[in-house]
Formats: sequence, structure tokens, C-alpha cells
Amino acid sequence: MTTLARQQVNDFAFKIATVNGTGSSSANDLIRKTIFRMGVPASGKNIFPSNIQGLPTWYEIRVNGAGHTARTPEFDLMIAMNPATYARDIAEVRPGGWLMHDSTWPRPDALMRDDVNMLGVPLARLCNENFAGARERILMKNIAYAGALAALLGIDMAVIEELLSQTFSKKKALLDSNFLALRLGYDRARESFDCPLPMRLEKMDATRDSILIDGNTAAALGCIYAGATVAAWYPITPSTSLLDAFQAFVLKLRRDPETGRARVAIIQAEDELAAAGMVIGANWVGARAFTATSGPGISLMSEFIGLAYYAEVPAVFFDIQRTGPSTGMPTRTQQGDLLLCAYASHGDTKHILLFPADPGECFHFAVLAFDIAERFQTPVFVLSDLDIGMNDWMVPRLQWDDAYRPDRGKVLRAEELEHITQFHRYVDVDGDGVAARTLPGVHPKGAFFTRGSGHNRNGDYTEDAAEYSDVMHRLTKKLETAALSLPAPEVSTTPGAIAGIVSLGGCHRAIVEAVALLGERGIPVDYMRLRGFPFVPEVGAFLREHRRIFVVEQNRDGQLASLLSIETGFCRDKLEHVGTFGGLPLSAGDVVEHIVAALRGAAEPEHEARLPQAAGDTPVTE
Amino acid sequence: MTYITKPKVRHPSLPKNRLGLTTRDYEGAMSTLCAGCGHDSITAAIIQAAFDLSIDPHRVAKMSGIGCSSKTPTYFMGQAHGFNSVHGRMPAIATGANAGNRELICIGVSGDGDSLSIGLGQLCHAIRRNVDMLYVIENNGVYGLTKGQFSASADVGTKSKRGVENVSPPIDPVFLALTLGATFVARSFSGDKAQLVPILKAGIQHRGFALVDVISPCVAFNDHEGSTKSYMYTREHALPLLEADFVPAPVATDFVPIQREITTSYEPGSVNTVTLHDGSTVRFRKIPENYDPTDRDSVYSYLREREHSGEVVTGLLYVDPASADMHATMQTVERPLSEIPFEELCPGAKALEEIQRGFV
Ligand SMILES: Cc1ncc(C[n+]2csc(CCOP(=O)(O)OP(=O)(O)O)c2C)c(N)n1
Ligand code: SF4
Repeated sequence: MTTLARQQVNDFAFKIATVNGTGSSSANDLIRKTIFRMGVPASGKNIFPSNIQGLPTWYEIRVNGAGHTARTPEFDLMIAMNPATYARDIAEVRPGGWLMHDSTWPRPDALMRDDVNMLGVPLARLCNENFAGARERILMKNIAYAGALAALLGIDMAVIEELLSQTFSKKKALLDSNFLALRLGYDRARESFDCPLPMRLEKMDATRDSILIDGNTAAALGCIYAGATVAAWYPITPSTSLLDAFQAFVLKLRRDPETGRARVAIIQAEDELAAAGMVIGANWVGARAFTATSGPGISLMSEFIGLAYYAEVPAVFFDIQRTGPSTGMPTRTQQGDLLLCAYASHGDTKHILLFPADPGECFHFAVLAFDIAERFQTPVFVLSDLDIGMNDWMVPRLQWDDAYRPDRGKVLRAEELEHITQFHRYVDVDGDGVAARTLPGVHPKGAFFTRGSGHNRNGDYTEDAAEYSDVMHRLTKKLETAALSLPAPEVSTTPGAIAGIVSLGGCHRAIVEAVALLGERGIPVDYMRLRGFPFVPEVGAFLREHRRIFVVEQNRDGQLASLLSIETGFCRDKLEHVGTFGGLPLSAGDVVEHIVAALRGAAEPEHEARLPQAAGDTPVTE
Repeated sequence: MTYITKPKVRHPSLPKNRLGLTTRDYEGAMSTLCAGCGHDSITAAIIQAAFDLSIDPHRVAKMSGIGCSSKTPTYFMGQAHGFNSVHGRMPAIATGANAGNRELICIGVSGDGDSLSIGLGQLCHAIRRNVDMLYVIENNGVYGLTKGQFSASADVGTKSKRGVENVSPPIDPVFLALTLGATFVARSFSGDKAQLVPILKAGIQHRGFALVDVISPCVAFNDHEGSTKSYMYTREHALPLLEADFVPAPVATDFVPIQREITTSYEPGSVNTVTLHDGSTVRFRKIPENYDPTDRDSVYSYLREREHSGEVVTGLLYVDPASADMHATMQTVERPLSEIPFEELCPGAKALEEIQRGFV
């Protein structure tokens, strides 16, 4: 055994390699939740295949007492339960790290590494000896590795057993099997190894005000709290779980107490085109309606998005981005739809985008999206991604203010219509670009004709150049007004900063960690996180105030950089693209390495001394 | 082209309906379609039907896609809310509107290009969901607005105005609807207002998706010899099934009161040959005695049989009196979802705390 072990309390990462469809996810959930309940910050990333059964799948858990929970590609411990990926898995263990495998079967010597500590536990044999059914043996093997992990990492067995008791409170037989399997793994690991390992857990009190939640569940809750009553959608990974969650909440929270009938309509549309149309139709009559989709769906919805923009109908779209182009890699993450959503559809269009950084913001931005869509009578996109949407994040407990009331925007009520001489749909009375609308069925004076064809300020059909331009100019003004109502960019500054980072969405945690790491290496940087589009003037100012700007985003071509350049007039060539786009969540290392290399490459004399030496620093390529 | 509001000339002698409105109150802007276009006759029939039913115009949602036919909502019920959407996608907008507010009276107008080509999928799914709406296809066998290309309803052998012959078999919306389980299927002819008006009324009354296919000759591109959607052809081959007294009971909708019973005076099974002003003839045959418009299979075979003998059967062809619309199958509340107060929709801070116990 190598003894490279350093003491790592509450600061390590491990990865579990299994086969899709064998029931490992409940064991992984159990481990992650237990760590969280021990008060230690942790996050979980699912690296899963785009199929139902049989392919390799991984679950990564990062434990970090300081709260850095972005993905890290360095693993201290690998739980290698899938023989098919053994070679690849062992290669990912850091020198001096550990690898736990099922020692029921021999491992090929060729796949050994001298600098990795091997921990063999005969999991299959233990389960075969203790459980009768074939299915049960497979399922319990997962709980057995959880038990072994508990011993290796110093996980509190009382906490894990309590969690199991809660999970199977109504299924005694299952509970007994789980307890047994857990103990089998735990006891065998304790007998065989010096437990716990130097990297281990110790109870803390850093999760008390937090929850573990994925972004799609949080967004679905946001829709419920915003008062959405119509959802139309077409299944697509990674957005489907948003609607699944919405449906589940509806069953509990949206039943009429007397009749048991639903106070919501959920329509699984025939395709994304129809889903978008239904959302527009429902919003047109005054219901809060939304859809959730991913890039391919947005492509199909584009025609309708243009209609909603031009006819000025509110609509909320959750785009849970995945890799493109085309079908891309459906179960891998990317930020590849920025330009698509910002300007979706033909003609001059521009749309409001919100960029949540984590599930907590998915919840709040979902509510905000409905308010903004109604206030500005236009489509609003919540640009989440697979990493935020489907992975388990630790976020502050969600708060709700019971004083909240939806912002329905300028909607004329029956009483108001009663007192006006004539209603004109597209007249900008307040000078903010937003005209008042009416809802069908409310009052005879409110009737108007909604059309995607050329119309003037009265809503009447026109092919007159001046009348057409008048409406188009107002739409520009409307979006400018809207920019000021969106969540402001978050800026953090460091004295003596030598560069600025601009980013958005799911990159945030990796960047916060990267900024700290760069600071430790003597490279102070400022950081601006964008939360909404169109951009406010402050965004352009930040770009101009920094000698070097790194735009961190997860796509190949630097879509955010292009958008910044188009919208602020800042020179595109001066926006340096940083980020990975291969489908895995960003890590702090990805950012640090790139920036260090870039700064060294063109370092100015006064900064050179502060830059680290070249050894080991390679720019990220993917 | 601009929106022209017709001057509302108040005529004291015009008959008033239950709401005290005259047919003028159900009119819209001046039509910009070609003089003689069948679509204008359908517009007139819709106006008459809405007047007869004493519909409150502002409770109506007029929906359409794109095409000459889809322009027509501008020409009726100027005081109703209209939505002229995009090509072929009206069913989705209507489905959403109906989901959000089930009390609106939804009247959709579409063309055969709009419904049977680009919008075929959406039409099928609106039928499947049984969205509560009247859906009129103004069927002329061509694309009017884009100047005369064949649509998916053109018969094989039909000649275009330019002399090109259609080679692909047509999609017949009536057979399509019957096959998909539509709960109300009718066919009529734009030139037969006497038949069309009662059908439209029945369609509005129907709780669920009411498909009315109306042969509506395009005088600009498809009213010539060699077209099976021309006035002449339709008049010569139409076989009306004047089951016009088959109107669902007023129970179907409580906000569209039936004003008076719609009756017919022909003898069942008899044939009438009427000579029209241009000298052409129309044969009207009454429904055969054993015709049961609630038996999907026999309706289907009867229509097939007539089709083989070159006849186009018109009338209310099929109806399911027990139709359960989209809201019934989704089990949504009776109240329009758009009108439920926020307080009843938002679970509140306490519930959120409760929910979050599952996330630790
Ligand atoms: C996406 C899209 N494709 C094509 C068109 C062009 N277009 C406008 S109307 C029309 C056909 C209309 O035909 P139909 O629905 O039969 O109506 P009609 O004009 O005959 O009444 C087409 C193809 C369009 N507006 N949008
Ligand atoms: S082109 Fe044909 S369908 Fe269009 S308005 Fe003229 S006659 Fe009617």
C-alpha cells in the first residue's frame, strides 16, 4: 500500500461507477443525503447515459466543508462497481487515492496501479449468501457498497439508518433487507481495512439552513407558487423532470377540496410547436401558462416565439439546455442556446432571458418569469441547463413571502373598460413601451384582434411603413424598459484586479471557487455574473473598465461573448473565451488553468512576477 | 390594405335576438377577399348562426391560422376577441385558450391548406383531445392566398387553373375526423346557407370538438372545369343529409341558449332537384330512414358508399351526444382556470416549509 495519504476531513470527492438500471441511484441518494444530514456541504452530479438500461453511469459526490460544491474532476476514491469501465475508472483516481471494488471476482493485474490503494470488498458474495432472490441480490449490493463506504468515510451509521427507516417506514421487509445489506458492507470494510480512511467525514453544522434539491424540482415549485394553471409540454431530456415534479405537486397542492378536481390543466402536447401554441393561447386568455423544453424544442417553437413577441402575449419557457447541435448528447450539459433564445424567430426579435445559477434561483426566477412575462407581455426564457436541472445542489432553504401577489401587468379590468371611450391595444400611454391589454370575455369594449401580421397601434392590420415601424420601435423601447426590471448583474471586486470575469448560470460556483484559487495564487480578478438579458448599461461599463475580460461559458463558440459584443458594441476580439463544452459541468480548475495560462502568455511586466510557473499548467482543451 | 369598419346603419325594422342585437351587430370589417369567394358566404352563415343563438360577442374567441379563409374572423363579430395566429397552428392556440378559460365560445376558421397540410397534426390532436370548439374548414382544394397550388384535399385528376393535374390522393377531413373519434362531424357547401346555418349552430352547441368541412370554391383559382371543388361540381354532386333538427339539447352549454328549435320540412328519403339561378341543378336528398348519425361505423360505410357513386354527402353526419370534452377528461374544475384567485392557487410559506422537509 502506498502511503501518500494526507488528512482530508470534509474535503474530498468520490465517484461511484455503476451500470444504468441496476438500482444504484437510491444507494447514491442515501450516501449524499447522509453526508448532508451530518451537516457537511456536499453536492452530487449524475453522469448518465442517454439510454434506459445497461450502459455505464456514474455518480460523483463532492464534499467540501468550505461550501465549494462545483464539480471537481479529481477523485480521491473510486467505487468501481462496473467491470466494463474499470480501466477508465482506475485512471481517474488521484495518485495516493483509493479504489473500492467488488472482490468477489479477480481483477486483471494489467489494470492495477501502484499509486492507488485497492480496497476489495466481496459485495456480490456477501449478498448471495444473505439474500435469496436474484433481483434482491442485485439491489442489495448497492446498499452493501453504501455500507462499506460508511465505514471507509466515517459516516455516522445512526444517521444513515434513520434515513433508511424514514424511507421504508411502510415497508418493513424492505427495511430489514436494507439494514442487513448496509451492515454487511459496513462490517466487512471495518474488518478488512483501517477505517475510516484519512479522507473522512466529521459532523459539522453547515447545512442547517440549506436543502438538497435539483433545479427542475425547484422550478416546478416556483411555477406552483407563481400561480401557473396551464402547463403544456412535450417530453425531452433534461426538462422532463420539471413537468414530472409539477404534476406531482399538483396532485397534492392543486386539488379542489370539495370536488377533488384539478385547478390546473397539464397537457402533454403532440410536439413542441403545439406546446408553445397552447402556452400562448392560455396566456392570451389570462391564465399563467408555461412550457419546459430543451434546445431541439426551442428550435421548433421559434415560429410561435416570434408570434408571442410581435402580438405581445406573455409566455414562460424553461429551457433546460443540453449539448447541441441537433440531438447532440441528450444527457450532457451545455450552455448552447443563448443566441438561439435571445433572438428566436425570424425578423427583428429580442427576448428576455433569465439565468439562474442554481436551483434556489430556479425557484425564484420561475416566479419572476411569470411576473416579467405579464408585465412586459412578451416571452420570457428561464435558461437553466442539465447540470442545474437534474443534479443535486445544496442551496439555502427556499423562502416564500406570503405577501407576494402576482404582477399581472397592465390588464384593463371590466370597470376600467366601462369608463373608456374606446380601447386601442397597442398605444403606449405611459411612455415605457408597454401598452395595456385586455382579456377575452371580460368586457365588450375590451375586444381586439391579436395578429402576427403587420398591425398598427390600434391593432388593425397594416402594410403601411410608418405604422409598422411605429410598433417595432415601441417594442425596442419595451425591451429596454424590461432590462431595468430584470435581476441586476452581481459584481464582486478584488483590490488590484488585473482582469475581469463575466459569466452566467451554472458556471457560477466554479467561478467563485476559481476566483478564490486565483487570489491564493496572487491573481486578483473581478467577477460579474449576469442574471438577465437584455443587458443593462452597467454590463458594458464593466467590460470597458477591465483591461482583460474573460467570458466563461459552456459552449464552443463563445455565445455569451458574441451576445455581449452585439449588445454593448464592445469589441468581440477582446472578449476571451474560457470554458469547456464537452458536456460535463464546469470545474474551478478549468477556469483557473485557462486564465493563468492566458495571463502568462501575454503578461505585462508588472504582473509577471506574480504569475505562477509554467510546470503543470496546461490550458483546457476539449 | 387597411382595416375598414363598416358603418353600422341602425335599421329599426331589423329583427332583434334575445340580447336585443341585430345581425349587424355580428358583422365585422369589410371583406377583402375576392368578390364571390365562397368564404364570404360562410362568414355570412357564421353571423347568422351567432345571431340566432344570441351569443354575446365578447364571450367569443375567434381563432384562425393563415390563408384567405383564416382572414375571415376579421369579417364577423367585430366585438369578439380574435386571434389570427400562424399557418396551421390555430388548434394549439385554441387548445390553450380553452384550457385557460373554458367558458369562452371558441370558433376556429381554417383552410384546407392550413388544416390538412401544415396543420394536419394539430388538427388531429385537437380532435383527439376533443377541445370544446367549432372548427370550420373552408375547403377549396387549393391554396388561395399563395395563388393556386394544390392543397391536400384536391382530388386525383383535378386540374389546376394552369392545367396541371393533381396526382396525390386527397385527405378527406370528414373521414379523418370519423377515424380519429371526432364527436361531431359535418359537411356542407358555402352556397347552401339554409343547411350551413343550422349545422354551425349545432356545432357551437356541441360540447367538444365540432368539425364542419365546408366546400367553399375559390373563384380565383379553383372554380373552373376540372376542379372537384368548384361551384358547379359541388352543386351537381352534393347529397344533402338534412338532419338539421338534430341539435343537442340546450344542456350542452348553459351560456349559449338555443333560441328556437331548428326544423326541417322535407320527407325523409325524398330527393329534390333544385335549379339555381345560374341554371345548374342541385339534388337534395333527405337522410335515409335507417341513417343513424350516432353510429360511427354505419356513418362511415354510408359515406364511403356514396363517395364511390361520386356523391358528396352533406349535413350533420355524425354526432356523439355523450361527448366528454378535454376538461371533462382532464378532470379540471368547472371554473375557468384564468379566474381562480391567486389565494386559492398559492400554497403559501407554511406549505413550502413542509415540502422542504423532503429535501434534507
Ligand atoms: C410557415 C408558413 N409557410 C407558408 C406560408 C405561406 N402560406 C400562406 S397561406 C398558405 C395556404 C393557405 O391555404 P388554405 O389554408 O387552403 O387557405 P385559402 O387561402 O385557400 O383559404 C400558405 C402556404 C406561411 N404563411 N407560413
Ligand atoms: S384567392 Fe380564392 S380563396 Fe382567396 S379570396 Fe380569392 S377566391 Fe377566396
